[in-house]
Amino acid sequence: MSLLSFTPNPLAWAVSIALAWGAVGLAGLAAPRNVGYVGRVLFPIGAVLAVGLAVVALSALGGAPQSVVLPIGLPQLPFHLRIDALSAFFLLLIGAVGAGISIYAAGYFRPGEGTPAGLQCLLYHVFLASMALVVMADDGYSFMVAWETMALSSFFLVTSDHRHAEVRRAGYLYLLVAHVGAIAILLAFGILQNGTGDYAFANMRAQHHGGAWAAAAFFLALFGFGAKAGLLPLHIWLPEAHPAAPSPVSAMMSGVMLKTAVYGFLRVAFDLLHATVWWWGVVVLAFGLSTALYGVIFSAVQSDMKRLLAYSSIENIGILFVGIGLAIVFHGFDMKVLAALAMTAALYHCLSHASFKSLLFLCTGAVLHATHERSLGKLGGLIHRMPWVAWLALIGVIASAGLPPLNGFVSEWLLLQSFLFTPQLPHGYIHMFMPLAAAGVVLTAALAGYVMVKFFGVIFLGQPREEKLDEARDAGTLERIGLVWLASLCVTLGLFPVQVIGMIDSATTLLVGRGLGKALDTRAWWLLAPISADRASYSPALFLIVIAIALALGFLGVRAFYHHRTRQGPPWGCGFPLLNPRMQDTAEGFGQPIREIFQPFFRMRRELPSPFDAQPRYRVTVEDHLWYWLYLPIAKAAEFGTRLVTPLQQGRIGIYLLYSFCTLLLLLMFVR
Amino acid sequence: MSALSALPLSGQIINLLAAVLLLISFAMLVQRRILSLIDLFAAQGAVLCLSTVLVAVTTGQRHLYFSAAITLVLKVVLLPWILHRLIRRLNVKWDVEGLINIPTTMLVGIVVVVVAFNLALPISQLAGTLTRPTLGIALATVLLAFLMMITRSKAVPQVIGFLSMENGLFFAATSATYGMPMVVEMGIALDVLIGMIIFGVFFFQIRTQFDSLDISHLEQLKEK
Amino acid sequence: MNPAALTLQLLELVMALLLAPLLMGWVNQCRAWTQNRKAPPITQPFRLLAKLFEKDVVLAYNASSLFRFVPYMLFACMALVCVIVPVLSTDLPFSPAADVIALVGIFALARLFIALAGMDVGTAFGGLGSRREMLIGFLAEPALLMVFFTASLISRSTALPTIVESLAHREFVIYPSLAFAGVAFILVSLAENARIPVDNPTTHLELTMIHEAMILEYSGRHLALIEWAAALKLYAYFSLGFGLFFPWGIPQGTGVGNVAMALPALLLKLAAGGFLLALIETLSAKMRVFRAPEFLGMAFLLAVIGMLVHMLLEVPA
Repeated sequence: MSLLSFTPNPLAWAVSIALAWGAVGLAGLAAPRNVGYVGRVLFPIGAVLAVGLAVVALSALGGAPQSVVLPIGLPQLPFHLRIDALSAFFLLLIGAVGAGISIYAAGYFRPGEGTPAGLQCLLYHVFLASMALVVMADDGYSFMVAWETMALSSFFLVTSDHRHAEVRRAGYLYLLVAHVGAIAILLAFGILQNGTGDYAFANMRAQHHGGAWAAAAFFLALFGFGAKAGLLPLHIWLPEAHPAAPSPVSAMMSGVMLKTAVYGFLRVAFDLLHATVWWWGVVVLAFGLSTALYGVIFSAVQSDMKRLLAYSSIENIGILFVGIGLAIVFHGFDMKVLAALAMTAALYHCLSHASFKSLLFLCTGAVLHATHERSLGKLGGLIHRMPWVAWLALIGVIASAGLPPLNGFVSEWLLLQSFLFTPQLPHGYIHMFMPLAAAGVVLTAALAGYVMVKFFGVIFLGQPREEKLDEARDAGTLERIGLVWLASLCVTLGLFPVQVIGMIDSATTLLVGRGLGKALDTRAWWLLAPISADRASYSPALFLIVIAIALALGFLGVRAFYHHRTRQGPPWGCGFPLLNPRMQDTAEGFGQPIREIFQPFFRMRRELPSPFDAQPRYRVTVEDHLWYWLYLPIAKAAEFGTRLVTPLQQGRIGIYLLYSFCTLLLLLMFVR
Repeated sequence: MSALSALPLSGQIINLLAAVLLLISFAMLVQRRILSLIDLFAAQGAVLCLSTVLVAVTTGQRHLYFSAAITLVLKVVLLPWILHRLIRRLNVKWDVEGLINIPTTMLVGIVVVVVAFNLALPISQLAGTLTRPTLGIALATVLLAFLMMITRSKAVPQVIGFLSMENGLFFAATSATYGMPMVVEMGIALDVLIGMIIFGVFFFQIRTQFDSLDISHLEQLKEK
Repeated sequence: MNPAALTLQLLELVMALLLAPLLMGWVNQCRAWTQNRKAPPITQPFRLLAKLFEKDVVLAYNASSLFRFVPYMLFACMALVCVIVPVLSTDLPFSPAADVIALVGIFALARLFIALAGMDVGTAFGGLGSRREMLIGFLAEPALLMVFFTASLISRSTALPTIVESLAHREFVIYPSLAFAGVAFILVSLAENARIPVDNPTTHLELTMIHEAMILEYSGRHLALIEWAAALKLYAYFSLGFGLFFPWGIPQGTGVGNVAMALPALLLKLAAGGFLLALIETLSAKMRVFRAPEFLGMAFLLAVIGMLVHMLLEVPA
């Protein structure tokens, strides 16, 4: 990226952009209820800053790592900040996707909805800035400060509609899981500094850890970052928090914030810990695969559009972790190129998922604004009323279903290609079981297609299921710009994989010691051929060209020879004259085969009407087994524990002072 | 590739037959109908017989011809005939419902095969025979038959599973050491036959006792 | 990209467009013969297409622009597949655009579009058809991938030309794994092409149809394009199967002599394959929809066994 080399110091720029975001947020407090000022002025500035961050990150991707020590923070613990290829990659993601979400958010906020717009603006921009700081932090302390700021600001954003009890409940759950995760991360850092007392990442990188300690740090990091990312079984907060938040925030959380967790895991596992033990990778892969399958199966039976997308995010995080796990396995067996291939797939999927999932969340936001309805069962036929949103959502849907020629497919293709090499692994069981995991990945991807057909078909196609849908309005100009920005990201990432991989290669090199750049067949700019062109190749550009030509020829051919007579008529009801919109396939109906086939996965309660009911009602509720198997027992245990210590609660201030006094004495005696 | 083309054609065909044997084991594992199950068992015997003949031709081991002949008579003709008769006499032509559903059984079966292949790998490296890679398949056949006995709730499929397990052992012997000594083989053949007769008597006993061949009734026999 | 190869590429496309309906006609003919019926002429599908192209399009009142776009998209997807799969030669300029995994992606793309079109008008049957089609799709895809995995393990490539070359132009060897993968592939193709026992292409019986339920609202030129695309898909699956499992007869070069040799081989293979398909369809009965998981699970199992057998028997220890 020599074109951008005029930037004097990417780190300085990135930090100033983060600070500028903070300033923009504070400016929102000047007129918190003035939606025009906040929306038309502040959010667009935030979006421009985000674009700036993306440009800075691009220039930093190719460059040498830069670091700076800021003299703020605690006396002995100054802030270390650093930009290397990995941080730059995630800064690029934050900037590029954040820009689209910000410009959409500029048109999104309406007067009189939940928290005042100015306050939202502050939280939103603090959220953005803290994410940027998370990926730039270079010591445990500043990392945790940024991490907690991120968690808190997003918590307040999630609960911005705090008048509803379910939103408060979702926010509480989110905060709880986030903090349990944070404790694990803190412990991981504690192990990594290896008793030296120096929490700078540079020191952690230099330490050599014994087998058991390294494993402990690794799995603590997996737990902590997995909780934030939504890895099974710590995913439960995700389907609650995402639907509760306003749509731009859901988009930001799902598209970007989950990726900071992935960043954290990569940083600890590869950069600080030099993961080289292959069975760690198998564990990560197994967790990733079960998360992916679990997410997609649950997503298929949802009837709330944002919950559906939230579960789909869980699925994608699973796929990401499958890629990371595979990279660790290859890395452990010292197969560097293949590790690079799997890692490239994972990083590519970070970008892909960030762009298409935020696009889809923003589309649901537009639908929500137009119809005030989140339940799929009350939507339908919106392609006629909201063509912009519908067609842009279609791009997101194709990308999310992992179909060519868009971005979701590129990462999936890369992942499957790296799976194709697993039979070469030297370990007996592994080389026979790994290809089966590939089948799991494909099953997930195919099910994602199912989910996306359900999502798009039920919302946008068919006939409107409610009368009021006829008054739905398409998204406004600013919203459209945001959607178009993200959609074009999807298309660009889909069509130019060779260029994108070339760009993120330095991040891959940093992680696994080798990039894909040399292994990429550079015969043609349009041909993606990792390893060799004889082995496998994929060319989305050529692909699109042939499809476009065939489309054009088909269209022109039919135009040239056809008589153009078209009539309109009522749909054919197989001889049944009383068809009405309620007879279309509902979201529940569309999920029925999944409920049937994957029955053991669900805790299902059905209420079937008897044939003689005057007003038959069919109800089905689908719940998560894990709630009952894992979380409720934990909650019960916690309750039991608290009951044990209730006798301590006396209600008299003297007794409490006595407790403090005793504690103080004990501490003074033991910790001299 | 190079390893394969190094094998003579007969070796390749034995490999193919071994693969077919595995396939038949899987088919038996997931087959619902009892009569088809017997046919599959007969087919398994036929494949076994064919591969034994091939090994005999290739290696010139005379006694393998006798083994093949015993297999043909016993497992392709006699036992299926007895089983068919039994089924007619007992009038139990119903479909066999497994204890676990079929897709799950398949997945478990795949895991079993992977385990078997990996367990057999070090053993087959010790054997010096032409057909040593097929040892893994033989082991898989035994384990799959075992799995079939576990997952079925009726007595007749369990017996077929038992017989199929014997097939697997026989194949293992052929592939690892070019067959067992003649005496042992005759003994096993006799055992299987006698076992079959005992099972036949046993079936009638269960039937008269419980009016059904569902072995879950046997649970009533435990002490309360 | 030399002109000869480009010409051959175009020739392959044109041939696919012409042969696909003929293949459909041939299968129908064989089906009629095996069922003791009088067979329609082999050109019947062309007459059907001509008839449909002649008829008016009747659009439902609330059909969206997506609904009108889908037939063309479907047709383009299938044309792309026919351009990629080597039939006459392995030296195809467009072949690097997609390997077998990307090919699965194209089929999935086409499936997504037609399922969406099925939901567009908002009748009860359209949605039902879409749902079932996606059900078959997500069950078939893992099995299909395992088939490709097995096939690509032997040639160490997922690029179709390489697979064909490594099988057709090397010393003949029996691969038990390929036999398994081949049977699995047949099962998957039956499901993917809406044939008996998974779906019945000739039925309009409400409760059993899958593919037909989705396209119930189409008429005229749109229906013609969809029917043509369906024929192309069948043809593509046939040529894919030949490429993976019976590649003998597909030459490497682009000369006239090569093509003259490849064409009769292809026709012979198509005729045999079509007859086999008709035989399978005659001998089996349509299953309940929820038996499809078992059917495709069987395909998956076969492909996996194929792969494991490959690792055990065909890889040097």
